Amino acid sequence: MLDSIQAIIDRLFAPEILLTASIVLLLLFFKYRKFCTQNKWMIMLILGGPVVYFALSAFEENFWIQFSKPDNLPITLMLWLVIFFVWLAMRKGVENDERVAAGMPVAEDTKEQKEKVFVWPDLIYIEFLMLLAVFIGILVWSILIPAPLEEPANPQLTPNPSKAPWYFLGLQEILVYFDPWLAGVVIPSLIVIGLMALPYIDPNPRGNGYYTFSERRYEIPIFLFGFLILWILLVFQGTFLRGPNWNFYGPYEYWDVHKIVPLTNVQLSEYIWARLLGVGLPAFWLVREIFGIILLLMYFVALPVLLARKWFNKFYVQMGAVRYGIAVFLFLMMVFVPIKMYLRWMINLKYFVALPEFFFNI
Amino acid sequence: MGRIKNSFNELTRSSMWKSVFRHKLPRDDKNRALAILTNVFFHLHPVRIRKQGVRISYTWCMGGLSFFLFLVLTVTGILLMFYYRPTTQHAYPDMLDLSESATLGLMREMHRWSAHLMIITVWLHMLRVFLTGSYKPPREFNWVVGVVLMVLTLLLSFTGYLLPWDQLAMWAVTVGSNMARATPFMGVEGPGAQLMQLGNVPLITAGSDVRFVLLAGRFVGEGALLRFYVLHCIGIPFVFVLLLAVHFWRVRRDGGISGPGKGGPLPL
Repeated sequence: MLDSIQAIIDRLFAPEILLTASIVLLLLFFKYRKFCTQNKWMIMLILGGPVVYFALSAFEENFWIQFSKPDNLPITLMLWLVIFFVWLAMRKGVENDERVAAGMPVAEDTKEQKEKVFVWPDLIYIEFLMLLAVFIGILVWSILIPAPLEEPANPQLTPNPSKAPWYFLGLQEILVYFDPWLAGVVIPSLIVIGLMALPYIDPNPRGNGYYTFSERRYEIPIFLFGFLILWILLVFQGTFLRGPNWNFYGPYEYWDVHKIVPLTNVQLSEYIWARLLGVGLPAFWLVREIFGIILLLMYFVALPVLLARKWFNKFYVQMGAVRYGIAVFLFLMMVFVPIKMYLRWMINLKYFVALPEFFFNI
Repeated sequence: MGRIKNSFNELTRSSMWKSVFRHKLPRDDKNRALAILTNVFFHLHPVRIRKQGVRISYTWCMGGLSFFLFLVLTVTGILLMFYYRPTTQHAYPDMLDLSESATLGLMREMHRWSAHLMIITVWLHMLRVFLTGSYKPPREFNWVVGVVLMVLTLLLSFTGYLLPWDQLAMWAVTVGSNMARATPFMGVEGPGAQLMQLGNVPLITAGSDVRFVLLAGRFVGEGALLRFYVLHCIGIPFVFVLLLAVHFWRVRRDGGISGPGKGGPLPL
């Protein structure tokens, strides 16, 4: 009984199901935000559920091995904190939206909240107590759990799995689907550039200095999709669910070095030339990869134009061509990551454009 | 009790006390203001602030905690530097010494756990700033500075990751730095690297690409350890502190902590 439950949960944590379920849950959270932040049972489920799940699972041997690694502890802590703070912000946002709908000022803008207080003592004391609490926390943590130290560095002995530092594991995870020049260089650079560009490409002047959802119903879902799904979730997955040879292992699954996962990925060029047209691959690279190149050009060049004319027309008019172009490129690039993942899962697509002769694979 | 209070009052009247604290005990509004104004550290704050900006449910206190953790990391890091030699011969044995020979040795623990925590608090700080829309005018530029500080936080942690010189350190940095090989035009296995030629001489080789610059070698070894050590202890913290000063200064200049109706640009 317990074994079959564990087997089912293991299956549910497979990358394709985990990503899909997380996106669905996030959308449901946005849609039923009032229910999720105000219903007593939902609050218990959202904030208590993960704690109960981790606490119960800790009794399972294989789960405990990963969970109890000293360096994984902060990641578990982070998961809960991220859930809590997103929930808290949404709760305050929903409250404010209701106040605005009722013609009242937001909770941060009431007469009482606008009053000024002296920084000494009101703010200094909060800061002091917080840093004291955190300092005591670090001290206790340091006394209880020694900093791990493995065997001395040995260039001859590659550990399996070899993992990057935990905060880069989201990037290592998309390395499964993208070439290193994209997953390791271009995508992280675009994340940083995109974050920096954010204030300049966000055309919405509302929601400055208070929690809200309704007044920022495009920005918040897009940002949280990137932060929660494409960053935090992938860090979690890379930490707890990726074992030897970077294979997927369920939370209760033993990290068996000999687990064999067949590699059956197929290039787009092979799909079209060999399987669809029934001819051999052309020798010249441009002809061979022409379909993938056209597809990518349609996605990154034609689609923005199409969107500007139809669904994103409002933004195009509001932002002007340059700002719109940058914003929509960053947006499409972000969506490109899950698209590629789904294509891998559904049709085993390896690359849209495969030019190993130039180290250029997309 | 009364005697202690009397002698304390006596002390606050002494000329030495007055030379240090330019105000009386902060029991009235004037001295509360002076307590902030006459202290270089408290002076990061304004004297008075809207109630909404103090509430922990609004601020989550994450920015302040990130800074506090940075201070903890600096202090524990300085203490660790007394014990640690960044050479392949000494690094690992020094780690063992730290855990076995240093009396009450908690510094490595505190340094490591604070480092993990700081990354989390920085991310949560960014999340809070986003969800309150605090990057909007007039704070756009300070958000950009904040993004750079976040990247530097990750790089600080990444460079520190190598220093224990154990298997985890070496291979995590190997995996991370292997990505640099694929940098377009600048990595030996990056797209466009073949175009970088002078005549028939390739400019980008395994001995001259961006990964070689990062590691001071073709693999993670002696050169990389020293390079990461200097970057971790001096290079990145130097830039970090400069930007931190800009970040804090701009919070004040741009009107203090964000709040409703404080959107407009500030007069000079």
